[in-house]
Amino acid sequence: MLKIENLHARVEGKEILKGLSLEVNAGEVHAIMGPNGAGKSTLGNVLSGRDGYEVTAGSVTYNGIDLLALAPEARAAAGVFLAFQYPVEIPGVNNTYFLRAALNAQRKVRGEKELDSMQFLKLVREKLKVMQISDELLHRAVNEGFSGGEKKRNEIFQMAVLEPQLAILDETDSGLDIDALKQVAQGVNTLRSPERAFLMITHYQRLLDYVVPDFVHVLAGGRIVESGDRSLALKLEAHGYAGIGASHPAVPHQAGAQA
Amino acid sequence: MNQPASLPLVASLLDAPLPPSGIAWLDAARQENRAAFAIGGLPDTRVEAWKYTALRGLGQRRFTQGDAAAQTRAVEASTLALPGVSGVRLVFVNGAFRADLSAVDSLPAGLSLQPLSQALRGDVEPLRFALSRHYRDIGDAFAQINAASAGDGVVLRVAAHARIDQPVQLVFVGAEAELAWHVRNVIELGEGAELSLVEQHASRGDAAQLATVVSDIELRDGAQLHHVMLQDAAAGTNLIRRSSLRLHARAQAALHVLELGGALVRHDLRAELIGDGARVHTRGVFMPHGRQHIDTQLAIRHQALDTTSTSHWRGVANDRARGVFRGAIVVAPGADGSDANLTNKNLLLSPSAEIDTKPELEIYADEVQAAHGATVGQLDERSLFYLRSRGIPLAEARALLTAAFCRAVLDDLPNVALREHLSTLLVAQLPA
Repeated sequence: MLKIENLHARVEGKEILKGLSLEVNAGEVHAIMGPNGAGKSTLGNVLSGRDGYEVTAGSVTYNGIDLLALAPEARAAAGVFLAFQYPVEIPGVNNTYFLRAALNAQRKVRGEKELDSMQFLKLVREKLKVMQISDELLHRAVNEGFSGGEKKRNEIFQMAVLEPQLAILDETDSGLDIDALKQVAQGVNTLRSPERAFLMITHYQRLLDYVVPDFVHVLAGGRIVESGDRSLALKLEAHGYAGIGASHPAVPHQAGAQA
Repeated sequence: MNQPASLPLVASLLDAPLPPSGIAWLDAARQENRAAFAIGGLPDTRVEAWKYTALRGLGQRRFTQGDAAAQTRAVEASTLALPGVSGVRLVFVNGAFRADLSAVDSLPAGLSLQPLSQALRGDVEPLRFALSRHYRDIGDAFAQINAASAGDGVVLRVAAHARIDQPVQLVFVGAEAELAWHVRNVIELGEGAELSLVEQHASRGDAAQLATVVSDIELRDGAQLHHVMLQDAAAGTNLIRRSSLRLHARAQAALHVLELGGALVRHDLRAELIGDGARVHTRGVFMPHGRQHIDTQLAIRHQALDTTSTSHWRGVANDRARGVFRGAIVVAPGADGSDANLTNKNLLLSPSAEIDTKPELEIYADEVQAAHGATVGQLDERSLFYLRSRGIPLAEARALLTAAFCRAVLDDLPNVALREHLSTLLVAQLPA
């Protein structure tokens, strides 16, 4: 589904990704772990098409098409979803209105019929039930005045409604207490399916206790330096990123201390 | 300002004086204002209040005054309807009252409403204070020509303690022909009276026009006014308005202003808080696009104890349009305990658009709370990306954010149907 080859990317003239390669198939859950400054969030931003990220080499192929050539909204319509590390507050735009506009814009591009407000409400009620989210969030402006946990749950709720094929979760676990973390994890698990792939970018392995990944990759110095199964995450938990750095000179040796 | 009468606009407006009204003091006032206009001409940009609005282009135009065919201009009454507004309506076309388009047959108790042209045939004494004024300030050119030339307008009174439930709609339509027209409105709410007004400026056809509208609004002790101004004139209309409110003790006025249309548009909105505890709240959005120029000059004077003013204005300029906002608040000596708050936030949607904003605060009293601020910026890139990352196309995302930016100041408009209509008009004005 997703094939990243030798990806190099710069932010404000500084090279952050330095030859990253990764392949993700439908139905798989991949965890990308790494120290601060390794390029984790850059990867998520490049994949979703944020301005200010300049790809200088390499390619990203998604379902056979050049993902990097698409505008952010076209990527969304093609089924790519980014759960933001810092969801943006948008005063004056109602959450429900926003989500319906998003879903219908995507459906329009895909040649599907747009949902009227009754059909949309029905869909939203179903998803709320599955995600165990209170409908109070719906009546507020997008993320405005939401707590950290509410913002992250709102991201997962949007994902449930938009039903992407490839979901990228950028540090969705950061700043969550254990109850919120469980709730977010449960939402992700509910959405796991043979057609859908997940890329979970995380600093800690805590989330992986609740969402068990098929693959774990260590991102350091702008590249994937080690890949494995879940046991790799446990090893990182025990020894820190410094242990990885010892065998991979690309990792700054103080990286573990920064965490 | 040498030889102002040689300016084509000034010369053309002085061309045809009104026939005598038969009211000595009124004719004298018209003469006086006409003479002042002939001498002073148009203000140039050295006059502070006109610094950002140059009248050079307008000054070169010629307009005939008034419209002999005003009674027969094709205007469909149904097209003037607004959601949430029904009942009493007064319509003027090219400055002349149109009985056929108006609805004044069954006025609620306590409301007196008639066109100025009729009022001048009755007891004119109550109008004397407003209509005998001489405008002498530099920069008062359009008030002068209005005072000299307006033969019609709205005369509205609400009796003391009368509460008018239905909103009253005042419609000013510029139609078809290239000409200048002027209307003069005199509005008074008696002690403890309540009124909701909807003032609408619209056009039929695209002809170049110059229109002036001068309104005096007097709120006696404890009176309450809700006033919506919807300006959606055609691209050929040069519209110069002055709205002056005077609020006596404990009177309250809430204004919601939407400036969408017109070519050169200027609105002087003045509120004098002359009675203790008076309160005025102004909310407004101006959205020039194309080559429009929309200038709002808000001036609030706190002249009594414990008076309150809040003013929240938003500007959005697109294409090569220009927006101007000046918000001047004066707290006069002795107006202790005043509370004044003014904000003006602006968005530029195009690199060629321009907004000039100038908040001014002058305080001569003690124990005053005052705050003001103004910003000019662009849409937030993070918000745009967030919307796009969910599949909303760029243009739609921009429209969504811009509409939200503007709507914030219309949120407290109590007439829900009208508020939603205004919101729809806002969105329709946004670039597709």
